[in-house]
Order: sequence, then structure tokens, then C-alpha cells
Amino acid sequence: MSQFVQINPTTTTGKKYWRSLSQLSGTPEFKQWVEQEFPAGGVDAISSSSRRNLLKLMAASFGLAGLAACRRPVEHILPHSKGVEGLIHGKPLHYATVATVGGAATGLMVETHEGRPTKIEGNEKHPASLGATSAHMQALLLNLYDPDRAKGVKRNGARSSWDEFTAWAKDEFSAAKQGDGSGLRILAEHSSSPSLQSVRNEIARKFPKAQWVEFDSVNFDNPRLGTALAFGQPLEAHYQYDKADVVLALDADFLGLDSQSVLPVKQFSAKRRVSDHNSQINRLYAAESNYSMTGAMADHRLRLRSSDIGALALALATELNIGGALKVLSNASDDKARFVAAVAKDLAAHKGRSIVVAGPRQPREVHALVALVNQALGNTGETVIYTQPVVTAIDSLAAVNQLTSDLNSGQVKTLVVLGGNPVYTLPADLNFAKSMSKAASTVVLTAEENETWAAAQWQLPEAHIFESWGDARALDGTVSIQQPMVAPLYYGKPALEVAAIVAGLENTRAHDIVKSNWSAKWGATAEKSWKQALYNGFIDGTKLETVKPSADAARLFAAIAPALKPAPAGIEIAFFPGHSTWDGRFANNAWMQEAPDPMTKIVWDNPALLSQTTATKLGAVNGTLLTISAAGLKATAPAMVMPGHADDSISLTLGYGRSACGRVGRGVGHRIEGLRGSAAFHIAPATVSNSGATYQLVTTQEHHTLEEPITGKLRPIVLEATMAEYHHHPDHFEHAVHVPEVVNMFEQFEWKGQQWGMAIDLNACTGCNACLVACQAENNIPVVGKDQVRRGREMHWIRLDRYFTGKMDDPQVVNQPMACVQCENAPCESVCPVAATTHSPEGLNDMAYNRCVGTRYCANNCPYKVRRFNFFNWNKNLPESQKMVFNPDVTVRMRGVMEKCNYCVQRIEEKKIEAKANNRAQLKDGDVKSACQQVCPAEAIVFGNINDPQSRVAQMKKQQRDYVLLEELNIKPRTSYLGKLRNPNPELIHG
Amino acid sequence: MSAIFSKKFDTTLRLAVAGVVLVLAGAGGVAAYLFHPKQVDTGYTPVQPVPYSHKLHAGNLGMDCYYCHSTVETSSFAAVPTTETCMNCHHRVREKSPKLQLVRESYSNGQPIPWVKVHRLPDYVYFNHQAHVTSGVSCVSCHGRVDQMVEVKQVQPLSMAWCLECHRNPAQNIRPVEFVTKLDWTPEGDPVELGLKIIQAKGIKPPTHCSGCHR
Repeated sequence: MSQFVQINPTTTTGKKYWRSLSQLSGTPEFKQWVEQEFPAGGVDAISSSSRRNLLKLMAASFGLAGLAACRRPVEHILPHSKGVEGLIHGKPLHYATVATVGGAATGLMVETHEGRPTKIEGNEKHPASLGATSAHMQALLLNLYDPDRAKGVKRNGARSSWDEFTAWAKDEFSAAKQGDGSGLRILAEHSSSPSLQSVRNEIARKFPKAQWVEFDSVNFDNPRLGTALAFGQPLEAHYQYDKADVVLALDADFLGLDSQSVLPVKQFSAKRRVSDHNSQINRLYAAESNYSMTGAMADHRLRLRSSDIGALALALATELNIGGALKVLSNASDDKARFVAAVAKDLAAHKGRSIVVAGPRQPREVHALVALVNQALGNTGETVIYTQPVVTAIDSLAAVNQLTSDLNSGQVKTLVVLGGNPVYTLPADLNFAKSMSKAASTVVLTAEENETWAAAQWQLPEAHIFESWGDARALDGTVSIQQPMVAPLYYGKPALEVAAIVAGLENTRAHDIVKSNWSAKWGATAEKSWKQALYNGFIDGTKLETVKPSADAARLFAAIAPALKPAPAGIEIAFFPGHSTWDGRFANNAWMQEAPDPMTKIVWDNPALLSQTTATKLGAVNGTLLTISAAGLKATAPAMVMPGHADDSISLTLGYGRSACGRVGRGVGHRIEGLRGSAAFHIAPATVSNSGATYQLVTTQEHHTLEEPITGKLRPIVLEATMAEYHHHPDHFEHAVHVPEVVNMFEQFEWKGQQWGMAIDLNACTGCNACLVACQAENNIPVVGKDQVRRGREMHWIRLDRYFTGKMDDPQVVNQPMACVQCENAPCESVCPVAATTHSPEGLNDMAYNRCVGTRYCANNCPYKVRRFNFFNWNKNLPESQKMVFNPDVTVRMRGVMEKCNYCVQRIEEKKIEAKANNRAQLKDGDVKSACQQVCPAEAIVFGNINDPQSRVAQMKKQQRDYVLLEELNIKPRTSYLGKLRNPNPELIHG
Repeated sequence: MSAIFSKKFDTTLRLAVAGVVLVLAGAGGVAAYLFHPKQVDTGYTPVQPVPYSHKLHAGNLGMDCYYCHSTVETSSFAAVPTTETCMNCHHRVREKSPKLQLVRESYSNGQPIPWVKVHRLPDYVYFNHQAHVTSGVSCVSCHGRVDQMVEVKQVQPLSMAWCLECHRNPAQNIRPVEFVTKLDWTPEGDPVELGLKIIQAKGIKPPTHCSGCHR
């Protein structure tokens, strides 16, 4: 016993890290997670009677298996009848295309095997991707193969066909029937597609009084309306985080879902990376209600109700003396006033090199004020660039209000819904399903048989983006052609084609519309330019020019200041897009449902997040069902205490509780949309009561904890320092952990030649889940469901450990990605009785699935808890379409088999064979990228050959911030971490 | 009181137990022998939908393996040819032969010919033709004298032990790359000596760790 205490190293930082409140208070439930591998019924005991049956069954199945083995299964090889250009059987093909989630587009490079897309990567040349993608983009792949997608055309639920629909449409959308189009309304999602715009123009020409309404429930309208207020024209603000030294985020999760692409993460992390102790990093302030990923990265975070952000912005503007008004910050506690004063001073000291940004939930006045502040700080044109927006800048909320009242008044004869799910997402008080039924004809094009589909007469299946041609603009205007890879699996058509049918175009093929649209612009070089655009994934020279607007400060200040009063006291609710579900469109995506929320680590649910103080006030604990009502609307949601959440504020996640959804998402979580009224769509005052009932929430925050099980000591797992500490003591991280001298028991292997290793920069990681989902797609990792996750059986090879540190009600957060670290002296290998896990000469801890007999000794002996066991055959009875998502280069594992990260060995071997065949002895640095490295927008994960001193990974490991986890065990992990740095403002550091 | 068991019973019991163990072990040994890939898999000669003769094409006519199995140097799969490849010749040669009925049908209706796979590896084995052929492992090492087979037959067990035999000691099966598809080729000198020379020159190191083949 005493030996353990001696070996246990000590940390000199004195900081305490915890994953959950029950860890902090040391509840017995948490102790279970430390002491047992699978506490909550991890092993299903088999009763004696069922055990006998089991034995009988086993005997029978052995007999049958023996018989079946006598016959060799006949397998066929089915070569193409005619060759396909460029296709080499066994080699993947890559297609450049583009995806749009929430208006602006991200360039993608999609890998296909034998004609089926199997992996999504970012397009390195595309300005909104630069090679990285978000978790949602990764998950688009599973949406393609979703067996619950809308299949085939239906009319009032009865089977119909596209031919019948086009015949009907020809008559319905004729000039004779529609006249000037005053009875025609089209409700679509925000689109930046130039080709769709051309079809829209055609519709407008044919039916001048018809109206095209765009709506997304997760939208970016307010920022554009704010610039309209400030500059007289709606503009898109592009924040250049790579040029800013000081950033203030006002209720803006710009590193998370409040940005329209991953570009801000790329830019921000560039300013966060250091090469040595003399480097400088930026400083991030965040003021927010919900603990966001941006808040987790912040050097200073002020927890504040979302509805008080306006007042805070005003106080800041006043402090900076913009508009020359007096101080109006009322009810300001000392903390707030100090924060404002310090931030104002810091911003003023970094004129032209700072950014103030507000989140899309904030009203337009806040955005106008933010634009004004940026102008006064000289940031406009430097760190904040404006262009024309790529989508129509409208107040879509007002537009759908108008649409509903037009429907109710009987003005609308024909309603066409192109994509989305308005019945589910529109403000609840509009009761859109009822209004829809007032139109004589309703046509709905949706991806799944959702709530809107159920309410329509003509029900049309929408094609996935990988099944259809199109085009879209990135936020900076760059146009990409959306190139399909497969023919529609379920007879779907894209919105562009249905719009063309409405417009009565002769040729309604999306390919022809897009191509002719661009060919007309290109003229003589059309064919060449078209091919070039498809190859590159974007069209050269389509970037929008920047505009340099200016606002009349005094006039604007006077106009908006009255709207920025502090909100009245009481509880507010604020709505956030789901890290898993977005606006509900990923609800039927099992990868996303099972990806733990980056901050709460909740799976398969959307709890109402609140602070401990508010929970105590309501008498609620985790899982207490709260009844929330706002402006006559009502909903229930389970409470969850989120450390660091603002008091008197409840954060609610959209996209759950879907009633008409596929088998994955139906009834998962609680429908929050029912609370969103048109008057207060983003933030609303609410009354909340405790219903007394409880609900089971499942979070992975306590799973796989690295707490020392015998002494219960907290080990130094995450290390951090302030910039000042690091600057004065470059060896801070080397001395942060005192490791007693260790003696090798065995002769050490000599690691020669190519040796793989990984370095993870904790300073850059935002904990966004992109790596987790990318790993799942690349390595055929199964999904297990909420109940199995509760038992600690989630299968993700990479997990994102989120640690809190500091005050219980206002902690800081550090994220740490954790996968198999490929120990050189791997403890798992020495305990495997069948040598199913052994070492490769290149330093990989190999896993031979076919040899594993499932003793689970390896998992028991893994100090990092990164091994995952297949308790069941998760791939049994998979729908045919879902089998197509599998990566053919990776074995699909059976029940009873252990698995874990292997540094994407299939990618390594592929590149090695290729190099060898082409007589290249060694791989170049960057030839092999692990899936997690490739997707990471923060470039936090670097993988490569550690024996090559020039490789990026070797350079990273040379830094003084580099440390390995549990070094005292002398197992020599190949994955090391670079300690986190924070850059606090000396003025805001307490005593 | 007489004893329930006679004095000899103890010995009988011991002998019986030993006998049972021996019989079981013997049965296990026989089963292991009988179900070994050498017995089960070698000699597998399925009937193909088209009576294609490798002996005629590769042997008598001397067509190179690469002509049909064109991706063998560039991909993990050796590629069974498209119907188009067959028709390159057969739209002129034996264009009326009833044996080629299925080929002509496939060419006109676009449906693939359902060839039956002969050399089958488990799904968790990632064999790569490119890696082997470009290193100088001839087709003949694994597939035998296909140029003498009317119907293709599996001649090697393709078991892991058989793979490892060569991976541990490849010299016997390495030849200059240009002779990879010459199935009747023999070197002038000692094949092992030549193999070792090539291994040295090309730096061939066949993997023997798990992830070399299992991913």
C-alpha cells in the first residue's frame, strides 16, 4: 500500500482538476467509476435457468456451425461490364464537392470506394475548410445511408411517382392556374446557390407576385440585420482571428456552432500556437450564459445571462467613450464592472488588432453596437472585414410570420416547401401545421419523412448532397460546384430540380441547369473551366470584394442605446443549436446522437442547463424534470447543473424530441421548439417550476477517469501554466510533475527506422468532437445506444476528456483528447493470454481482432482506459444501406472482441505499400495523416515519424511544453501532450 | 461387508480416463488435420459461369497475365477483367461461339458476369497484390501454373502459417520484376542467391507483425 503512495508523483502546480461535481464531492457513484471497469451493470449476470438454456443453445449452435463449415461459401466476383474511366478496383477515388449547413458552404473532398462515399475530408484548397471539417460535416455521410430517409414520391401518403408529380405540376404551375402568382408561396432554407438564384429569378419573372421565403431555425439573420442597422446595408462580417491579439466574445461561441464554418477555429488556433517560451499568444475574453467551447478556451470568462449581454456591450462602449454617452451600467456587481474596465483598457491598447464579436442569438442592436465598437477601435478593415452576404439578408422570422398570416387568411393557394422541416422548427405559436392545411395544394420536399412531410399533400423525397448537382458559395463568396458521387439511393431530387419544375423550365436536370448557368458566364473556355472547377472544388475569382462601410457613431449610438437596457430580473431561457442535432436535421444520425456534447458530455439527450444556485432555488438536481413556460408556450426538460453557467438562466438545446423521425431519433430527448415563440425566438423570459418527476440522463463525463484507484489521489493529467509563468520558467512543464526515478525491468527494444508518434497541443484543442466522429467514420466504430453508454460501453476510440478547475460555480475548462497512446512498454500486451495485441516494429500497439478471445485483461490493465470491448455484435441486422458506410480497409468487428485506436494503421500501410511500389524507401512527413489529425480544425493533433528530426511531430515533442501522461509507470507512451497555456490579464487576476 | 468396487477398479478407471483422453486428443488431431486449409481449401475448383480456359489463353496463346489482370501492379486487387476486355478480341474471334453467350449478353446488357472466386481470404486479412508483385513475387508462387489449368484451381493452402513461411524467408520466391508473370521462368543460377540479391537491392522486409495484414 505504502509503495503506491511513494510511486504516485506529485504536482507542483497545486491546481485541482475534476470532471464532474460528484467527483469533486466524492460521491459513491463516482467512486464506482474509478474502482470498477463497468459499474452500472457492466456484466449482465446470467441466472442458473437461463444459463442452462444458454448451454443448450451453445451446443446446438456448435453442431450447426460444424455442419455449415463443411460447405465452402461461394463468393462471386462481379466486374463491370464496361470499364469506368479512372476507376481502379481497390483504390479509392476522391471527389471535390461542397456541403451547406446553415447557409454558407464548406468545401469537401469525399472518398469513394467502388462508387460509394465512405469518408468525408475537408478540401485543402477551399477557403472555408482549408482541409478541416466539423463533426456535423463528417456525419453527413451517415445521413446519406440513413435507411429511414424519405423513399419515393407520395401523394397524401399513397405511393405516387415523379412522373405523376411533374404532370400535376405542369398544370398547377401554369400561368392559367397561378396567374401573377399571388397565391404561390415557396418556403425554402437559406441558400447561397447561384444556380438556384437563377431559377428563382425565372420564377419571379413568370409569377411576379409569388413570394420566396427563406427560413432556418438556426440562422445568422441577426448579425446581418445588425450591420444593416449600423451601415444602412446588410453585410456579412468576416472576423480575422489570426490577426487579432485581443478578442471579446459576447455570447458568441465562435469556436463552436456560432460560426458558419470551421475557419474561425483555424484562425484562432494559429494565434494560440507557440513554438517556445518567447512566443506571444492572443487573449480571449468571453461573456456568456451557457458554458460554450469558446468560454472553455477563454482566458477570462464572465458568466452572465444572455439577455444582459446588451447592457454589458453598452457599458463597454461607454467605457470606450463611443458616442460620448454617460455610463449606464446599472446593477453592475463589482466583478462585472472590473471585467468591463479591464477589457475596455485591453481593447483600447490593441486598436486595429482586436475583435469584438456577438453571437447570433443576440438582437440586432447588439450587433450594430459591436460593429460600432469595432469601427471605433479601428478594427474595421483590419481584423473585421465586411462583404455582401452570400444569402439573402432578410428577417426570416418576420417573413414566416407574414407567410403564416397569409396562409391563415386564405391568400395562399399553393405552398411549396423546399427542404427543412418548418412544421417542427417554425415558432411554436404560429402553429404552422394547421396553417399549412389552409393552402389548397401543398408540396413538400424533405430528406426524411418528418413532421412537415406528414402535413403535406405532395410528399417528395429530397436527394442528399452527394446524390445531386448544385452549387454554393462559401461565406467569402467563393463558389463551388456540388458534385454527386452516387445516383439517388431513394429516388430523391434536389431543391434545385423541384424549383425548376415550379418555374416550368424545359430542362429540369440539376446538372444541366448548373452547367449551363456557368457555361454562359465562361463562354469559350466553358468546358475547360467546368472541369477545372470540379477538380479544384471551387471556381477561381468568385470571392466577393470587401466593402468598407462606416457608421455615424453618435447617431447610431443614440438610436440603439435605449434597446440595450438590462433585462428585468427573473429566469431567462436561451436556445442553442445541438452539438449533436444542429436544428434537428441530425436527429436520426446515430453518430451524432452518441457523440457526447462537448461541454456536458451528455449523449442521446438535451438537458436544460442551469447553475447550481438556480437549481437549488428550483429544488432541482440532475435529472429533475422542469416545466418551463414562456409567453403561453410550455415544455418540459430534465435539469442538469453545469458548473460555470450563469445564474437565473437556462440553456436549452434544439433538435430533439422529434415525433416524426426515423428509428434513431424518434422520441430522443425533449422538444424545446415548442417553447420558441415568434416574439422571443432566441432568448425569452420564462417561468420555471419543478415537476417533481425525474428522468435519466446519461453523461460520459465520469467514464474512464484516470483517478488513482487505490489512493484516490488526483494524478497530474492536464498541465497548464500562464504565459507569464511559462515565459519566466520555460521548464515549467518539465518540473510540474515530479517523477521518481524508474528502473527498467527488461531490456529495452531499439526503435529504429520509421517510428510513429503523436503530439496533441492542449493549447489548440477546443474539444469540438470532429476527431471523434471522423475516427468513427474511418474505423467502422459502432454505435451502442443510450442504455449501453450508461453502462460505460461506448465504443469511441478517441474520447474528449473535459476537466474543470477552479471555483465550483465558475470554473475554467481544459479539454484533452485521449486515445490509445501506443505505449512502448504496453501493459496490455503482457497480459493478453493469446497474444492478440502485440507490438509492431514501428511502435504501434497492434490489435489482431481475429485472435482476440475477449478476456478483457488488456482493458483492465490499461492505465489510460482507452480499450473498448464489443459486448454485442453491434453490426448484426444492419440495414443493407448502412453497410455501405463501412470503410473497406478496416475490419468490421464481431462480438467479444477488444478494439482501440491504432493510429489509423490502414492509412499507414496503404502509404507504405504505395511508396515501396514506387521505390521510395521512406515516407515523407505528412504522407500519412491519421483521421483525427486530418479533420482537426485547430490542428491540435500532429502525427508522424518521431525518428525524423525534421517531422512536425518531432518538432512538437522537442518543445518544453511536451509531457506524457502517467510517466511514472514507465510505459513510454508514444502520444504526448503539449501543456496548456493561458494568457490572463494581470488586472483581472485576483489577489 | 464387501467392497463396492473391486481392487482392479482403480486401475480400470485410470486406464479408461487415459483412453478417453487419448481418443479425444486423437479425434482432435484427426479433425485438425482434416480441416486444415491444406485439406479443405487446396484443390478447390469451382465451376465458372463461362468455361474460360487459362491454359488456352495464357498457356497456348501466350497472353500475359497483365492483359486482363491489369491493376495487379497498382492496386490491392488483381482485377478480374471487364466484359469489354473479353470483347476486345471476341467481337472478332469466335464471335458466334455458344460458350461465349454469357459474355455477349453481359456486353450488351451491362450486367456483370458472376465469376466464382477461387482464392478466398478471410475478411480480416488485407492481402495486397501491388505490394507483392512490385517486390518480385511471381503469380506462380501463390496461384501455381495457371497457364496449365483449364479450370483455375487453388493449389496453395493460403493459411497464415503458409503466408508466414514466405514472409520469414522470402528469397525463394523473389525474382526480377520483369519475370513476375512468366510462370515457367527459372533463373540460371541458384534462385535463393538471386532472391537474396534482389532483397538486398530493394530493401524488401516482409512484415511479420499483426498489422502488416490485419487491420
